[in-house]
Formats: sequence, C-alpha cells, structure tokens
Amino acid sequence: MRRARSLARTAGKPVVDLARAHTTVSVERATLRLAGLTGADHEGTPWVNHLVDAVRAEVGLEHGVTTPVWDALRRDAAPDLLTLARKASSGGVSFRLPERGELTRARRAARTAVARGVRTMDRQRVARERMVRTVGDAPRTPWIYLIVATGDIHEDIPQAQAAAQAGADVIAVIRSTGQSLLDFVPEGPTREGYAGTYATQENFRLMRAALDTTGRELGRYVRLTNYASGLCMPEIAVLAGLERLDMMLNDSMYGILFRDINPIRTFVDQRFSRQVHARAGIIINTGEDNYLTTADAVEAAHTVTVSQLLNEYFAKEAGLEDWQLGLGHAFEIDPSVPESFRLELAHALLARQLFPDAPLKWMPPTKHMTGDVFRGYLLDGFFNLVGAMTGQGILLVGMMTEAVVTPWLSDRDLALQNVRYVMDAAGGLTEDFHPPRDGLVQTRARQVLSEAVDLLDRIVSDTAVPDARYPQPLLAAIADGTFGAMKRPAAKGKGLDGVVVKADGYDNPATTLLEEGATR
Amino acid sequence: MSATPAGPAPRTEPGPLVRPYGDTTGDGMVQVSFTLPLPHDKRAEGAALQLAAKMGMSPALLVHAKAMGPDFTFFVVYGSVTHLVDLREVTVHEREFPLLTPAEVNQAVRTHLQRKLVVVGACIGTDAHTVGIDAILNIKGFAGEKGLEYYRELTVVNLGAQVLVPDLVAAAREVGADAVLVSQVVTQRDAHIHNTTTMSAAFREAFPAGEVPLLVVGGPRFEEGSAAALGVDRVFGRGTTPGEVASYLVHELVAPRTAPDPEGARR
Repeated sequence: MRRARSLARTAGKPVVDLARAHTTVSVERATLRLAGLTGADHEGTPWVNHLVDAVRAEVGLEHGVTTPVWDALRRDAAPDLLTLARKASSGGVSFRLPERGELTRARRAARTAVARGVRTMDRQRVARERMVRTVGDAPRTPWIYLIVATGDIHEDIPQAQAAAQAGADVIAVIRSTGQSLLDFVPEGPTREGYAGTYATQENFRLMRAALDTTGRELGRYVRLTNYASGLCMPEIAVLAGLERLDMMLNDSMYGILFRDINPIRTFVDQRFSRQVHARAGIIINTGEDNYLTTADAVEAAHTVTVSQLLNEYFAKEAGLEDWQLGLGHAFEIDPSVPESFRLELAHALLARQLFPDAPLKWMPPTKHMTGDVFRGYLLDGFFNLVGAMTGQGILLVGMMTEAVVTPWLSDRDLALQNVRYVMDAAGGLTEDFHPPRDGLVQTRARQVLSEAVDLLDRIVSDTAVPDARYPQPLLAAIADGTFGAMKRPAAKGKGLDGVVVKADGYDNPATTLLEEGATR
Repeated sequence: MSATPAGPAPRTEPGPLVRPYGDTTGDGMVQVSFTLPLPHDKRAEGAALQLAAKMGMSPALLVHAKAMGPDFTFFVVYGSVTHLVDLREVTVHEREFPLLTPAEVNQAVRTHLQRKLVVVGACIGTDAHTVGIDAILNIKGFAGEKGLEYYRELTVVNLGAQVLVPDLVAAAREVGADAVLVSQVVTQRDAHIHNTTTMSAAFREAFPAGEVPLLVVGGPRFEEGSAAALGVDRVFGRGTTPGEVASYLVHELVAPRTAPDPEGARR
C-alpha cells in the first residue's frame, strides 16, 4: 500500500507542478465570483466572462485578472465591479498592468474584495456544522444518496423534499447533459434542461433553502450535491461554497476521458476547485464508476484503484482531508460471471482497506441492468448488501428501472425500501465480516492491488513521450489510452484556448488566501 | 433475446387467438403496478380497481397498496384480462438483410468493395451516453459479439460523445465515410428525434444527392420503421448487436454492387 501511494505521488507531482504554472479563464472568473461579481447580460453571458475576456484581450491573463481589474477600479474607471464589467463589455475601459506602488495597492484592494467571498464560504461552513449539531445528522452510514433530475428546478424541489422525507440523506441534482461543455455558468432559476437541471447559483440557493426547511422538519440535516466538473469546474466550486452545498462530484480525470476536455485545462481547474472545496468543508465524490461502464469490471478493477490513488494524491495536495474524499467505485461486474458477488466484495473491501478514513462512495449497477426490473431489484439488493458488509460511506441508491425510464416516484420508494431492509437486516455485518487471508475475497483484493501497483509503475517508468512539450508520464499515459481506453493527448481537447501560462508576476488573491488559510 | 429456449416443441401451432398465461392455459392472468396521486384509503383502493377494470382486468385482485408520503399510493394488481390477442393482426418488422459472421463481412468487403469500408460513429447533441455507440463500435462489443473495430475490413472512427453536427459532417467528409452511425440515449423532450432530424438534414445539405453516406441511428427509444420520418436510412432499437449492424452495412453498401466502387481509389 505504501508503494502504491508513493507511485501515485511520483505520477501526480509533475502534473501538479504543471497546474501551478498555469491559470485558466475559469479560474480567473471564479476569482471574480468570490469578489462578488454576479449576473449576466440580456443574452445570458455572465459579467465575469465579459470582464475576463476584456482583460485578456488588452493585457492578457498571464498576471491574473485581478491586478488589472482593481487597478482600473482604483483609477475610477467605474464605481464598482459590476459597472466596470458592463463598461468593459462594450470596450469602454482600458486595462493596464500597474507598477510599483500602484501594483501593490491594486493587489491589496483585490485581496480585500476576494477575501469577502472566502469569508462567506467560511461562514457557510460554520453554518453547516452548526446545523448538523442543532438540527441533527444523518442517522447512520452509509448516507443514502438519491438523484433528482427533472430539468426544472421548481419540479426538482418537491421531488427532492419527498426523497428526503422518504429517507434520503443526500440529494444530488444531476446537471443538464450539455453543461459540462459550456464555458460559462448559466444564470438564474432554470426550467429547461436535458436529463438534468442546470447548475446555477440561484438554483443552488433555492434547493439549499428547500432542503434546510425539510431538514428542520425531519430533525436531520439533508446534504445537497452537485457537479464541479466540465469547463467551469472552478466557478461551480465557488458557487457551491457560497451557497453551502455539501458534496460535489469532482474527479481528476473524468472530464478528460469522458468529455474530451483538454488535460491541462482539467488539471489546472481541478486543483483550484479542490482548494475551494477544502476550504468550504465540501466532500468531493470521484467518478471511478465510469471506468467500469466502458470497460470490463473484472479486467479493469485495478484501473479503479489507480484512479482512486491519483484522486487521493491530487485531493490531499490541494488541501482536502480524508473525511472529504468520497472516492468512488461501483457494482458493475457481469452477474453471469461465476462468484461475481464475492469479486464485488473483494473490490469493495480493497477500497475500504486502502482508504480507511475516507467516506467511500458506492455506486449501483447500471451496465447489467437489462430492463428486467425484477432481476434488477435483486441485483440492487446484493449491491446494498456489499455496501453494508464493507462499511461504505455514501450509498447511491440503485433503481430497478435503470436503463428503462428516469425514476418514477414508486421506483424511488421501492429502492429505498430495498436499502432500508438490507441496512436494518445486515447493517452491522461489517463487524463480523473478516474474510480469511487465504480465501477468494482477500486473494482477489491483493491481486487487484498488485495489478494497480504494476500499472502505476508502468506509467511512471514509461519513457516514451508522445508530445515533447508535455513530458509528464501521467499525461503521456492519458494520451496513449491507458485509462478508460480513451486516447487524450495533452495538446488536444476542448477548452485548451482558455489555458494561460503564468508570468512571474502572476497574482491570484483567491489562491493565496486558500493556500495561506488567511481570511483577509 | 432472440434465442429460443430449449425445451419440448409445442404440441400444436399456438393461436391464432391467445390470452396471457398465469398458470393455466387461457386464464388470461396479468400483473400490473402503478401509482395514483391519492392518499391511501378505501377510496384510493376503489380507484385502483376501477382503473384495472378499465384496462380490461376482470376479475381484478388488489394484492398490495402502500402509501408513499401523504399524497400518493402505490398498487400492485393481479387479474384476468378480458382481451384476446389475434396473431393474424400482429405485424413484425422482419430483418431485411441476412445475418453474416465477421469473417463473411470481411470477405464481402474484400471481394466486392476492394477497399476498407469506412464507418464514422458519434453521440450527437448534448447526449453524453456513449454506451450505445461504444457497444456497437468498441472492440469489446456487446452481447458476446465483438464491435466493428474488430472487423479487419472496416475502418472505424469513433468521435465519442457530445459531437456537434457540423463536426460530424466535417469528419465524415474528411475520412470519406461510407456510413455514419449515431446513437441517442437521452430522450427527454424528444431530444433523440430532434437531434436525428437535425443530423440528417445537415448531411443532405452538405453532400450532393447520391453521395450522402448511409445514415444509421440507434437507441433504446427509437420506433422501428421511423427511419423515413427521421430522414435516415435505418433505425436500430434496443438490443441491437454489432453483428446486425455490420451485416446491414454490407447489405446496403457492398452486396448490391457488382463492380468495384469507382470512387474507391479516391476515398
């Protein structure tokens, strides 16, 4: 295990160095959001996009967006940030890079403004801790995690409240499928989405308020989850911190592999968003389940472990603690494989043993749900049983109508009965479940770990570099299809044009405040 | 699930009139479950039985009723349906092409086309669910059959998820695609229909008539026989295997030709 972690560090470190050397348009926009810039023009383009684009066009982003912006404010180009953004959008502001005393004063003013947003996140974190204390917490682990996805926030709210009343501890609002590739965050309450609801600050606020009301009625704090992924990962992380979301989907490689987002963009955005999550007390959920939906769950079991180790390394480097690491894995072995249940147990146990202090996220079968809802219900029962036996922290509730329809009210109710039955009947089984060292479960767990170590070893010792500009072994591995059978070269993918190499004088007060742990 | 379960052959040809089978021939037994937006009480149970009767279940037996929150009740009803099914009125879309093995597909392409058959695949629009296109294209395949990447005489370009229609058209042109495969899983607000018609219109606009690649869409919620309405050449539904798709491509693009493709060298 120690070797696995050390290899993950060897693979991850050069990528962290690369991330530190770059910024992105979304990191800069997130910084402006912390300083309180909200809203959009009549066409829906946010003011943060206008302001970052204007600064980039005039002086570039190499020094960060904040120095030229607060320099302009100090020169009275506009009375406040919003007015400045409005004026800049029509070309009415000229930006410059100030020097010496003016530089220092602009930076100080920027830091004061951004610190206000950081303190709002701090207050929300305290508010969460207080509510968990006074209202009450989820009655047991695993926390029961249910998904809501209507596309319309005003439909989502009653569904989420009903789900919480029926026993859900965590509500996840799935995003509209297109959102990960939007290079802006939509504004306001939204009622139109495809297979999900847009993540907007207003939608976050509405759902948070509704779940707080329901939580007080039920006597337990109901946690809210959304997605900090895609091209606007840093901004959505900030909005989640400001609006007191509790968990965020945030995987280190998902966007690269499954959304074809540029690898550099992803790693830069991800580091910033994880620093924000660390500060806001948000638990991240990683997306290892996705590897198993595209590859065979037995053959590719070790890629899940490798991804978990990398996610852990990147998360800790960004300041997240063990209790914030909802590392993912899933029940996706073909049920017709002999001993499939024991193999599932082995994989789940390995994750538990490798990450004893992390609230692991256990995800239900999807690939082998055939439309036979009766068989699917049984499979979900076995999935729940693995969750109970191996002490998983977060249990995403499986639906028997997976692959048939978006869940009906009755599907959710039946699924929750399934979970409740298993947890009531076998919730304590984890204390009795100590498979013998020489049995199939432990042997298989050791085998998967050893395959994971081999793969990490191959990644860090592979000297073939497909792109000389990016010699990092992990980027080379991503480029040659090591993960998820997808080839993603470092210089390709969506969002690359939003990546900027930092100059020596780069300044970002958000990063500084987050890294120093400062409040002012 | 096309395989017929092994077992004794039926004594007589069934039908033409059949009824559902519970445990006795002709008992007509079915089982349904549904939710009514009513609090659970006697009136709600009566409403459930009324619905069952209107669905043709007589007698209907309410075997389970459970409140889901204060406003909804879930029911399970068993009963005998009064309806008969007339097999003479059932229409089936028979497969219009013979099913070939991978070796036969390769052989046909090699002999008749004398170049590789180029297939471009993608999930279009906002749909991020590549499970369909991957099942058909990835070497891993589906239902025990290897995907099209496994076929030596096929060149497969899988563009992945959330591909924009103009990009798909450009890619098809660039590689000289013989066929374009698009999968659509998300069906909310008829996104699959909308995306497909947009895609077919774009191809018919971008290519001169007669040179449009063969357009094939697949997804769990497409209706069989809706190809013409969608402007595509073929629609594949739930459970389609890579072998069926490959056989269809050969049937449409390879078999009818008696001479080698004159465009072959240019592609």
